[in-house]
Amino acid sequence: MGNGTGIGRVRGLGSAKHGGKHWIDQRLTAIGNLLLTSWLVFSLVVLPNMEHETVAAWLAQPSVAVPMILMLISIFWHVRLGLQVLVEDYVHEDGNKFAVLTILNFYVIGAAAFGIFMVAKHAFTGAPA
Amino acid sequence: MAQNPNRPISPHIGVYKWGPHMAISILHRATGFALATAGMMTLLWWLYAIATGPEAYASFQSYAVNAGSEATIWQSAANWFFRLLALGVTWSFFQHFFSGIRHLLMDLGAGYELTTNKTWSLLVFIAALSATGITALLVASRYMGN
Repeated sequence: MGNGTGIGRVRGLGSAKHGGKHWIDQRLTAIGNLLLTSWLVFSLVVLPNMEHETVAAWLAQPSVAVPMILMLISIFWHVRLGLQVLVEDYVHEDGNKFAVLTILNFYVIGAAAFGIFMVAKHAFTGAPA
Repeated sequence: MAQNPNRPISPHIGVYKWGPHMAISILHRATGFALATAGMMTLLWWLYAIATGPEAYASFQSYAVNAGSEATIWQSAANWFFRLLALGVTWSFFQHFFSGIRHLLMDLGAGYELTTNKTWSLLVFIAALSATGITALLVASRYMGN
């Protein structure tokens, strides 16, 4: 470890006080997931039936579309954090780890964008006949 | 350098007797992976089907819920594949859900006593299996009749 330049002094010393963020974010999104998936399960149970007409009218309401979008954000954020730890535990070679984490990030952001777009399109354009 | 296979090594996972707390720990990870992939793909498929219209929704239902009485053998097989997958995802959801509550409580510093820890672990298994059973019965009684 060097003692000349700034970077030389901090190399190898571990985190720069960001160490807790990943952990805290995982818990915050976990609480979000608990609330929002409970809401989804409860909503589905009380729906009179699962016909397209019923479900489409239900999802088009702001009071449903907004929590659905929030749920997708909370879940995919949680997925990113959780699977990142999984990859870091099992993929040890640096190049492979970088590649798998890249794929993971593309997956969660792409899948979340797709889901949010579907809900927003549906809510904004109304239930298709 | 050749390693002496009889060298002293520090105790690792293999030296412990399996208990419910160990099973629940690795299952939290496994079910999390299942939910992140199969679970979320199914949810997105469902949202896409709702937003796209009755035909896309009927197609989703014919795979995930009921292929109908006029289904070919392949359609029935695909239907059963997705039904079993859905059952697995449902159990994964409740297992991860209750196991997650246990983790949040343990993050508060509670539940580290051996007997308490074992009791909570067993409760998570019971709660997850019960919730999965209730959901399966509810779905089967409401939506699976031909």
